Amino acid sequence: MSTLGILLTLTVLAAFSYYIGRKRSLALATPVKRGGNNLHSLPSYYGYLVMIWVLIPALLVFALWSALEKPLLTSTMISHLPAEIQNKSPDEISLTTNRVLSLAADDAARTSAEPVMQAAAEDYRQMQQTSSMIKTLLVLALAIAGGFIGWRYIKPETRARNQVERVVQFIMITCASIAILTTVGIVFSVLFESIRFFGHVNIFDFLFGTHWSPQTALRADQAGSSGAFGAIPLFVGTLLISFIALLIAVPLGLMSAIYLSEYASTTMRAYAKPAMEILAGIPTVVYGFFAALTVAPFIRDLGSMVGLSVASESALAAGIVMGVMIIPFMSSLSDDVINAVPQSMRDGSYGLGATKSETIKQVLLPAALPGIVGAFLLAASRAIGETMIVVMAAGLMANLTVNPLDAVTTITVQIVTLLKGDQEFDSAKTLAAFALGLSLFIVTLILNVVALHIVRKYREQYD
Amino acid sequence: MTDTTLDMSLKGTMTKPKERSEFAHTIDGTVGKPFLDGKDTKFHCRGVNVFYNGTKQAIFDTSVDIGKNEVIAMIGPSGCGKSTFLRCLNRMNDTIDGCLVTGTINLDGEDIHAKAQDPVLLRARVGMVFQKPNPFPKSIYDNVAYGPRLHGLAANRAELDEIVESSLRKAGLFNEVKDRLQAPGTGLSGGQQQRLCIARTIAVSPEVILMDEPTSALDPIATATIEELIDELRQSFTICIVTHSMQQAARISQRTAYFHLGYLVEVNDTKTVFTNPQHQLTENYITGRFG
Repeated sequence: MSTLGILLTLTVLAAFSYYIGRKRSLALATPVKRGGNNLHSLPSYYGYLVMIWVLIPALLVFALWSALEKPLLTSTMISHLPAEIQNKSPDEISLTTNRVLSLAADDAARTSAEPVMQAAAEDYRQMQQTSSMIKTLLVLALAIAGGFIGWRYIKPETRARNQVERVVQFIMITCASIAILTTVGIVFSVLFESIRFFGHVNIFDFLFGTHWSPQTALRADQAGSSGAFGAIPLFVGTLLISFIALLIAVPLGLMSAIYLSEYASTTMRAYAKPAMEILAGIPTVVYGFFAALTVAPFIRDLGSMVGLSVASESALAAGIVMGVMIIPFMSSLSDDVINAVPQSMRDGSYGLGATKSETIKQVLLPAALPGIVGAFLLAASRAIGETMIVVMAAGLMANLTVNPLDAVTTITVQIVTLLKGDQEFDSAKTLAAFALGLSLFIVTLILNVVALHIVRKYREQYD
Repeated sequence: MTDTTLDMSLKGTMTKPKERSEFAHTIDGTVGKPFLDGKDTKFHCRGVNVFYNGTKQAIFDTSVDIGKNEVIAMIGPSGCGKSTFLRCLNRMNDTIDGCLVTGTINLDGEDIHAKAQDPVLLRARVGMVFQKPNPFPKSIYDNVAYGPRLHGLAANRAELDEIVESSLRKAGLFNEVKDRLQAPGTGLSGGQQQRLCIARTIAVSPEVILMDEPTSALDPIATATIEELIDELRQSFTICIVTHSMQQAARISQRTAYFHLGYLVEVNDTKTVFTNPQHQLTENYITGRFG
């Protein structure tokens, strides 16, 4: 039976088991007219309990079997191959295996293959069919047996609710672990690739080198065979652009947050706040071409008018547009924290004869400060991790400069350029992307942890 | 039936039991002695109406005088408008969107709604203590120094220290906090926080202190401390206090005003209100037979 068929059958069995479990609990319970209900849990919990007995063992075996089927069958198939093939090098065996597997799946190609291969493919197909049949039978048998055990297990005093809740809790833990394990997996893969990179390039050359030119030769005799992997220009470029962005976003965002939370009428706020949040919904690539096609030429023309030479792809243009992009992060979060300051604080201040601006400066902002700092750090980590705008507007030149009118490049942009197109996975050039990714990850992680910590501390204040 | 038996038992405690017919039954003007005939009047309110959102009227045509250095208690069931009326006296209602106050309120003969009147300065003259203690998330010292700093009451640090200390002393809190003036005000107990809020209000030397149920969030011991404090503060300030506790009103106030559904029903000397009410509604409320 196909996978879909098995799953459908299991679904039907599960529904049926719920029904009989519920029925049986009701049948076993003392009727209300003779002394009342003596069931420990509600009848539906007995239904769920039987359903769990049907589903969990069957699904576990199904998943395990599906995962292990292919490697086991392949190794059996290889052991059935003639000795002369088995004695070949591992690379050649793997080639042969791939060929057999593709032949097994393709009837037309099989007839034209050499007899040894044909036999192996036929052998594999046979084993596959047997395995599939055993799997179907085993899973269905387990489901039915589980249902029977569950059914027998039901007694009025069975603590069905507690058991069902424990299973559900376990399922939820599993779901949470999947997200966490994925993160851990990504971190480790980046970490290990970075360690490989630091095998090619000294970690101190990477962290403190001032020259970035990640070309490596494909062959040893090519020119420019050793690239330079000093990441300082990238770090400086990233910081420069983020700094410009925050310089734009923090005052604008904070001021609009204060306006929205303290001065705007309810109607104004109802329209202005969503309108500002639309900014956060614009795809960054749109910001990117806005920066590259509108803002950058405008700044260059403005510069030439006052006699400054501005690169047509300048850090300033990218920073300004990125700043506009992160305004909503700043304003929306700050607005929320300012609003979260209890009304009694405002009343207390007004009651002492403070004006609105005094109240905002002396009471609201200090009270909301931790939250505002949290908003700032989240905006900062967003700015540091932003890619698209910088790719399009700031260029690829790894200049070590703090002049905002020059072209600079950032960590994220370099990761994009290193990994686009064809690449070999053992060259320092490709691995450099992982090292850059790791350093970016560490920086944003620190910012996020600090931000969360500050926000949490803020929450405790009015409890 | 139950009405009459309850009547009998409760009226036994009164000095002069009244017949039902002797009470005023309708609300057409305030009974008792709402006016002080010009002697030592602090607040002079005539025909005050308060509307929320243009339609809902919270206070109807309220006229009353509040005397210098007296404690006037405002009592009445929840939602009767006593807090709203209190908030009219320092124009705190201005901070609520859609709230409109009409009528005349004079403080020492000046109309508080006059164009020349700045609500910010008014609130420095008429301080307010709230139901829930609301110290700022600052140190104890900074909480008290907040008002004086705003209004530039202290020329230097030494003067500010002096204001803070004397305010805390007047609020009966100094001895408890003198060793930890830099500790956060939010770390004090509920009763201490409320006294801190009173100290904060005193620090700007107001003429009147409005208190909106200042002890409703406090335990009996903290309440007793604050009540003693109010009695002492009467020497230097006029105090208007909204309270849900009739015992509290009876203990601390010289005059009592009874509000009912937005109407000021009765104002009189506290003793008279509690022993010889003029209005049926007042008598129902103070005997716990409201309804």
